[in-house]
Amino acid sequence: MSEPVAPLNGAKYEGFVTVQAMGLQGMITLRGDLSSTKVGKAVKAATGQPVPAQRKAAVDGDTGVAWMSPDELLLFVPYAEIDARLDALHKALTGEHFLAVNVSDARAMFHLEGNGAREVIAKLCPVDMSPDAFGPSDFRRSRMAQIPAAFWMPTDVSVQIVCFRSVAEYAFNLLKDAAEPGGQVGYLA
Amino acid sequence: MLILTCPCCDVTGEETEFVAGGEAHLKRFGPGSTDDDFHDYLFMKENPKGVHLERWRHANGCGKWFLAARDTMTMEVYGTYSAQTYEPPKAIKDAISTKRPGWRWREFS
Amino acid sequence: MSTRLATGGRLIDRTKSVSFSFNGKRHEGRAGDTLASALLANNQMMVGRSFKYHRPRGIVASGVEEPNALFNMGEGAGFEPNQRATTTELFDGLTCKSQNHWPNLEFDIGAVNKYLGRFLPAGFYYKMFMYPRAFWKHVYEPFIRQSAGLGKAPRDRDQDKYEHFYAFSDVLVIGGGVAGLQAAKAAAESGAKVMVLEQTADWGGRACVDGGTVDGAPVDKFVQKTLSELQENPNVTLRSRMMGAGVYDHGYALGYERLTDHQPDAPGPRHRLWRIRAKQIVTATGAIERPLSFAGNDVPGVMLASAIRDYAVNFGVSVGDRTAIVTNNDDAYRTAITLKNMGLDVPVILDARATGGGALADEARALGIRIENGKAIAKVKGTRRVEGISICTQAGEGAVLEDIKCDVVAMSGGWSPVVHLWSHCGGKLLWDDTHAMFRPDVHKAPTGAAGEGFVIPAGTANGVFELGEVLSDADAAGKAAATAAGHSASKQTAPSGTTTKEAPLAPIWLMPQGAGPKLRMKSWLDYQNDVKVSDVQLAAREGYASVEHAKRYTTLGMATDQGKISNINGLAILSDALNQPIPQTGTTTFRPPYTPISLASIAGEARGELFQPLRKTVIHDWHEENGAFFEPVGAWRRPYCYQQDGETVDAAVTREINGTRNSVALLDASTLGKIIAKGPDAGKFLDMMYTNMMSNLKPGKCRYGLMCGENGFLQDDGVVARLDDDTFLCHTTTGGAENIHGHMEDWLQCEWWNWKVYTANVTEQYAQIAVVGPNARKVLEKLTTDDISAEALPFMGFGDITLDGVSARVYRISFSGELSYEIAVPASYGRALWDRLLEAGAEFDITTYGTEGLHVMRAEKGFIMIGDETDGTVIPQDLMMHWAISKKKEDFLGKRAQSRSHMTDPNRWKLVGLETLDGSVLPNGAYAVADGENANGQRNVQGRVTSTYYSPTLERGIAMGLVLHGPDRMGEVIDFPKVDGGVIQAKIVDQVFFDKDGEKQNV
Repeated sequence: MSEPVAPLNGAKYEGFVTVQAMGLQGMITLRGDLSSTKVGKAVKAATGQPVPAQRKAAVDGDTGVAWMSPDELLLFVPYAEIDARLDALHKALTGEHFLAVNVSDARAMFHLEGNGAREVIAKLCPVDMSPDAFGPSDFRRSRMAQIPAAFWMPTDVSVQIVCFRSVAEYAFNLLKDAAEPGGQVGYLA
Repeated sequence: MLILTCPCCDVTGEETEFVAGGEAHLKRFGPGSTDDDFHDYLFMKENPKGVHLERWRHANGCGKWFLAARDTMTMEVYGTYSAQTYEPPKAIKDAISTKRPGWRWREFS
Repeated sequence: MSTRLATGGRLIDRTKSVSFSFNGKRHEGRAGDTLASALLANNQMMVGRSFKYHRPRGIVASGVEEPNALFNMGEGAGFEPNQRATTTELFDGLTCKSQNHWPNLEFDIGAVNKYLGRFLPAGFYYKMFMYPRAFWKHVYEPFIRQSAGLGKAPRDRDQDKYEHFYAFSDVLVIGGGVAGLQAAKAAAESGAKVMVLEQTADWGGRACVDGGTVDGAPVDKFVQKTLSELQENPNVTLRSRMMGAGVYDHGYALGYERLTDHQPDAPGPRHRLWRIRAKQIVTATGAIERPLSFAGNDVPGVMLASAIRDYAVNFGVSVGDRTAIVTNNDDAYRTAITLKNMGLDVPVILDARATGGGALADEARALGIRIENGKAIAKVKGTRRVEGISICTQAGEGAVLEDIKCDVVAMSGGWSPVVHLWSHCGGKLLWDDTHAMFRPDVHKAPTGAAGEGFVIPAGTANGVFELGEVLSDADAAGKAAATAAGHSASKQTAPSGTTTKEAPLAPIWLMPQGAGPKLRMKSWLDYQNDVKVSDVQLAAREGYASVEHAKRYTTLGMATDQGKISNINGLAILSDALNQPIPQTGTTTFRPPYTPISLASIAGEARGELFQPLRKTVIHDWHEENGAFFEPVGAWRRPYCYQQDGETVDAAVTREINGTRNSVALLDASTLGKIIAKGPDAGKFLDMMYTNMMSNLKPGKCRYGLMCGENGFLQDDGVVARLDDDTFLCHTTTGGAENIHGHMEDWLQCEWWNWKVYTANVTEQYAQIAVVGPNARKVLEKLTTDDISAEALPFMGFGDITLDGVSARVYRISFSGELSYEIAVPASYGRALWDRLLEAGAEFDITTYGTEGLHVMRAEKGFIMIGDETDGTVIPQDLMMHWAISKKKEDFLGKRAQSRSHMTDPNRWKLVGLETLDGSVLPNGAYAVADGENANGQRNVQGRVTSTYYSPTLERGIAMGLVLHGPDRMGEVIDFPKVDGGVIQAKIVDQVFFDKDGEKQNV
């Protein structure tokens, strides 16, 4: 039996910020009525977290949930458990109008670590990355140069970015370029 | 470059996060409609100098469509509102009236 | 001569020598010099030749307004033309060359143009090069191309790195002079988050040169104190070497930061383009001194009075030994006083005002300087350097009263506030008679998203010149900006500043007032584009009454300096010629950027491999390693074919098709769009989206469907699989996935928002591999124990199986006419599956095929391709696809449009197959001609080719096309003329060329 392969296979770049292509992460797109108790319970069971508020995320390691739109969540679960959690979700939501699909393999994920992490994002995304505007627990979908991307900050000096898998290489090269030594802006860090 | 506030996710983002989608509040004419009605529905779009009601999609964001009341001349945005509505909400209409008394746009004023 | 003085120079470090080269000759400057100050310190006054007449030109200014000192800077991959010496900080090893001359600066062939000057008036090119028409291409254009342009175009790829940065601020202050600093301080003290941009390396602006006191201390102490306060404030960002380049809608501004221009060896990006969104913008951009228009005002050595003062005070450089001053205002006296106090000679001050100057004039007189009121310059003597001036009465026609020897002329025609950034986004201007200038009309500011003004001018940029007023104006601007940004104004009061009071200026636009044609032809307005007073007057006489027309006719203000020093003088001359007041003439439009910014900074990171995102499937690396010849399909790169050693593209395509038809082959079909639609109303919804009925599709089955827009035209196609009662998986074309998903969401969100359907684009979740050919089943059976027989998994069915230990969904669909399985696995397993399938297929000589093989095989089968058979004007009925258009459905997108009269016209061209009589391949897009000509004298046409290929299976050319009444004309032969002459004849045939009954796919 074959082993699954993550996008860019763990590529890493050490600039003024470390850019790391992350390993396989289970992800589920869940669409439904986010105010429904049933959905709330199912999300809690799948991720250990309540349904997040608008543009918030609660992710602990490889498990958690992010607010994508008024009727959509992105659930993070361990890659190996994706089928089990998806099945559980389907069972728990029987009778609801919802959509839950596995999108683990459709995404690439990157981790930025270092004091300049906010600046790397601010070079590529039209988003106010100052600490008073964006911080841990916030989740933002936006444009990263020429591709859609979503990101959040696990800590005040790290950023996790999710984008489509087909553009993983472009995304990694973007982040690498933005993190090149000498490119510190001295504005957000 | 404009900034718009998406009423669906409350992000105030710059224009590059959004895609413009033409006139708002189009009434669809399907099979059974007259040639004139269908023609107007398909082709005759508002193109005002001034108050305009238009469709936008938060494409690089929450992905949702919404509607905006905007002045095509001054770029002023009077407000954004849900796409799931047949006419601009009162608050939007009032906001326009404050700035542009006597405005008209199709059947709205 | 110009030289470095023994003392002075507040910005230079005399202990640090910096070496540079100009036109191949080595020079020494000092750390802190600009290239211009270093050149002047080395007595290099002449720096270039003018654009049109190739007249010698010298440095005129000390800042961004400089029109003449433009150089080809650097070498090789670091080369850049048209760099201003006055804004280039000197660094060790700088190399530059002057422009627009041949063979060299001192001796220039093109200078002959100056003798032709009277034959090269404004509009010369428009008038001259019209006739004879044939001359344009062979004579005029090559000649103009040869002499056009200032600097040289770079030959090498730019070696440097550039980037963007997004910043957000309550208040953005543009300009780091005393006004900008005070405005920033006031805004920050009011609690606003503030960002201040200064285009030079130093803070404080002109005030540090012009002097004055703030709260009793010299103004530079105030600058130091304010700067350190701002630096300590965490709410304030100060960026020097960053120009406010443009102000745009809704508080958007561009900051152009030059990071390594002054230290090319430093790591990091060269330029950073800041994309700033501010709630309020304060433009504290200062003012620019105007020249005076007199004969010979372009001779090297004639400079702006303030620039001469700058070179002396900032860089310890005396521009000349004897400086004559000519002015219409008091400010120029400061230059005289400064020079005199430095021990330099000022032979005369010509004050064009009959009544003369105020307190500053008294101060100059007390220093023993000769002052002549009501006098002007009749002409400047000298060619490559000022040798002297002839004096006349300003009120007269230029009769020479006296000659005075000097090597520099300091001129001042008053000051124009820098209103560019105020104006970029629609801020209006007022004409101020007192100062003879345009200044911002603060009641007509550019408006933002909420309809309120978002730009506030401050200090000199607002037309306020006296130091005390500047500080209080800036203080008010800072507080107003903070208040508008949602803070409350601080209670601090503005510091009090004092400078010598100035007498009013006199508007002098031509010197002397009655200058005749001879003098006017030597009075320059625009130095860089060689526009003279006489040119603007000619334009007015020829009817170019609008300032925008006169600008384009004369090219006034169209050079790289965009007329910073020339526009107002030009306007005044034009107004005078039109006999109307200046405000009635108005200004030309101020457009960003304020000064030229590098194109690379606009591109930012988007160059090389980051130029655009390329989408790659998980099997992409294998394609690359195996000779794939890629073609772009949307943003994807898909293999067109795989070339083996020495193989041509055509041979590869033929081999791939034969391999597929005869045995088995793989296609990477991962790029096909996959959209899930789920919910109780999903069937009803898809019935609206597709022309076919989808709601009656049985779970476990697939159906091919067509999608049209509301206008009736075919926009996408693909196979829909019903996964369960509630859930459909819609395949789209490769290029269509995002659009179709958006299209679905559009209708769900904006029209049928109460329908219970959710969609998700899962295109990239799956790697999809087509296993195609008579041996396809045998290959798969080696990797699975599940039953994939024709009975268990029939044509147009699908099922979930375990393949090599991985769960996969297998669709029995075929786009080639062969036995075909499309296998979808999670993308992370895609590459491994591809490799396994190749191993398993080795015994069958498995091959891989690309998009061209796919295209040819589908054409052999007569299947349409979106983008080939369709072009946005084709409806399914044109393609004879009535079988895919439901007649039972009351409604679907496009149904109403397809019943419009033009759509039901029997004369619409219809799809048929085309078979050339000689077996050759029809050219793509070729038209079939009909008898006669149309109203435009063009040959009538009756059809066109939509797809055409060489078919390896049939060993002949095959094509599909849209032909008038085509399906009724089977067997008829029509003519397709070729571009190179000759005609290809083709017979109208059925579009299915191969295996008409589908026996090969349905096994």
